[in-house]
Amino acid sequence: MSDADIPSIGAIGLLRWIWRQLTSMRTALFLLMLLAIAAIPGSLIPQRTQNPLRVQDFYVAHKQLAPIFDKLRLFDVYGSPWFSAVYLLLFISLVGCVLPRAFMHAKAMSARPPATPSNLSRLEHFVTWSTELDPTTALANARHLLKKKRFRLYEQNDSLSAEKGFLRETGNLIFHLSLVLLLVAMALGALQGCKGEAIVVEGETFIDSPTSYDNLTPGRFFNPANLPVFSIKVNQFIPVYDLVTGMPLDYTVKTTVTESGKSRSATIKVNHPLEFGSTNVYLQANGYAPVVTVKDGAGNIVLKGPVPFLPQDSNLTSIGAIKVPDALPTQLGFVGSFLPTAVMDKVRGGFSSFPDAFNPRLLLSAWTGDLGLDNGTPQSVYRLDTSKMTRIGLEGLSVGDTWTLPNGAGSISFDGWDRWVNLQVARDPGKGFALTGAILAIFGLMMSLFIRRRRIWVRVFSTDDGTRIEVGGLARSGAPGLEDEMKELVKALKEGAEQR
Amino acid sequence: MTNTHLAYASNYLVYSAMAVYTFAMIAFAVEMALSIRTSSKLLVGAAGSESEVEADTAKSDRTGRIAVSLTALAFALHLAGVVTRGMSAHRVPWGNMYEFSITASMALAGAYLLLMKRLGLRWLGLFVSFVVLIVLGTAVTLLYRPSAPLVPALKSTWLAIHVSAAIISGGVFLLASLVSALYLYLDHRESMGGRPLWALRMPSLEALDLLAYRLIAFVFPIWTFAVIAGAIWAESAWGRYWGWDPKETWAFITWVGYAAYLHARVTVGWRGRRAAWLCLLAGSTFLFNYVYVNIWGTGRHTYSGL
Ligand code: HEM
Repeated sequence: MSDADIPSIGAIGLLRWIWRQLTSMRTALFLLMLLAIAAIPGSLIPQRTQNPLRVQDFYVAHKQLAPIFDKLRLFDVYGSPWFSAVYLLLFISLVGCVLPRAFMHAKAMSARPPATPSNLSRLEHFVTWSTELDPTTALANARHLLKKKRFRLYEQNDSLSAEKGFLRETGNLIFHLSLVLLLVAMALGALQGCKGEAIVVEGETFIDSPTSYDNLTPGRFFNPANLPVFSIKVNQFIPVYDLVTGMPLDYTVKTTVTESGKSRSATIKVNHPLEFGSTNVYLQANGYAPVVTVKDGAGNIVLKGPVPFLPQDSNLTSIGAIKVPDALPTQLGFVGSFLPTAVMDKVRGGFSSFPDAFNPRLLLSAWTGDLGLDNGTPQSVYRLDTSKMTRIGLEGLSVGDTWTLPNGAGSISFDGWDRWVNLQVARDPGKGFALTGAILAIFGLMMSLFIRRRRIWVRVFSTDDGTRIEVGGLARSGAPGLEDEMKELVKALKEGAEQR
Repeated sequence: MTNTHLAYASNYLVYSAMAVYTFAMIAFAVEMALSIRTSSKLLVGAAGSESEVEADTAKSDRTGRIAVSLTALAFALHLAGVVTRGMSAHRVPWGNMYEFSITASMALAGAYLLLMKRLGLRWLGLFVSFVVLIVLGTAVTLLYRPSAPLVPALKSTWLAIHVSAAIISGGVFLLASLVSALYLYLDHRESMGGRPLWALRMPSLEALDLLAYRLIAFVFPIWTFAVIAGAIWAESAWGRYWGWDPKETWAFITWVGYAAYLHARVTVGWRGRRAAWLCLLAGSTFLFNYVYVNIWGTGRHTYSGL
């Protein structure tokens, strides 16, 4: 035997040992707990996928800590390699441990109950008495009773083995297998799904193609060719507010949907998305888009139409920016607040007192100079980069007002307002599996928690003073209840004897 | 949209329920005091004949029954308060944290009354009435919001299904935590020499241990269902069934905690002290979810109205 052989056997042995460790139930449970613990930081530290603005705030507030957190992927816990590692190990562990058990169980299901032990009186539950019946009849009685209770039976000469409660293990396996199904479904959704958002103003049409999204997060293996082709024209967005408190009561989006050449009208509500196969379209947010007309110094109309503003509070005070790169002689920009129900207050200035548009006002500050759109860095459409601009005036407008800008820079008219909705398009090919897995998990769980596995043996033999009956019982999972079941059986057997 | 008369009626009913729970708590305390006196007489072995002790026992028993009747009355008022709250806003009464609290504490009192006979739980009355009062007290002072209709995101049949399952789970988790805490305390006292007088007539440690297990085995499927119903709802409201929102994350952690508890008991054979600690740990993750995520949390699940 050469020296090289030993390590190679050792390596296989090591691998086998690792596999056995990984697929032991203790490891699976440990990994599950680890997954729970690993999930904690993501619930305490702001997450990019959920709230990118708070991540920015965190960067400002904790200048030293934030870069370290970022390296550790703590702002993206649920997509991080270490979280995925736990998830994958758990998956492997579950599969490796449940599949062999499932085969073993299938075999055990068709096996007969074990033979009657020689000494029943050693069992946890044991009852014995004498009867006048002959042994064969007594045993037949017992068989009849146990069969009625749906025990699986195995008859021997002078005794009977009965077993029940296999569904406990079946349920247990269903539960664990459905956990595997759930993990697969989640992976499928994450890898092949996609999620996108788009702001659509009333009257506009959203066409489902990658370029029309404001942001789109595809899964790693997402194929845009899989997107169903549809378009949604937003005809009207109808909010209903409580007139006293201003709380929103109901949101309805009226749309015209076009799909494979056919058009139909449809509504979207918060809990009622539009469905196209495994792609759903949700109403996520809404706001106002003031409609303006901007003329430049030369008197040309350089901008006409709705400009979406971002709501800031529950009364929909909204802020935004109007950018006019084509204005001559210099570019124009406006920083604006839209107040749907404006109230002017000496202390607070202008604010909105109700979310519906009862008294809309547009407060603007006008800027000229360089909008900074050409230097390549992406800009928020809701903010004006004023670093290379000068402010030329402030004005508040009601619907129909026109403000002539100073220095012959042009004019802006507040023509009215539209509403916009933020539509979220989510595609998740795994969700059907996830639901199936979840429902199976509940059933399996109930079966494994509430079914008891137990065995009962009955032995009869002749003695000097008649027939002796012995009944012994064993509860596999230590669950209570077998005692009552045996009492009932013994009572029925005795009564059966009296009736004869 | 809201019926203010019913909303006021609901407030009065909740306050009345609190008053009656207080009387019930006092009665439970008197019952305990009487049983301490009896026990101490027995311990000293002195003073008084058997008949005297018997009279004392009868007295404490009578007080106990009065306490239970008071609890039942308080529960009826509590139930009426919750129902009128729901009727005032034409919806299920768990749209914000105030409503969730009054309904969850009602579930706790209801679970107690329902299981009392079957599991012999009367001795828990003092703790249950105390906890119900604390929850109700916090609700009416800190969490109160006027009755109002639901925001659009909550308009779904899943609100009734998901939240009621969560409320039942919360009530029973709380009960199991109480039992486990009591277990640990009595276990500690017994190892120090003996139970305090007031606990002499409470069930044995083994019985407490088994009770906690049964409660959790009973609610674990309900809690699983609550989490799944939440996921189904999230799918229809937010476009994804699971997004690791803080509330979802902590619901998952609670689920793992109780799964570990069940596993530790059934497959590894944990009993007693270690199991009780695990039960308390899992219970505290539920409490953390309820308090921290509702009040200071950031996720989409913050409907506390605070
Ligand atoms: C990976 C290997 C695993 C194995 C071999 C395994 C095995 C078992 C067994 C044998 C039981 C039933 C105990 C009995 O009735 O005698 C059980 C129950 C259970 N398992 Fe697992 N399990 C595994 C992983 C998990 C995981 C990852 C979870 C995650 C939640 C889990 C949750 C449960 C629950 C909740 C029960 C029901 C309570 C009980 O009867 O113990 N198991 N498991």
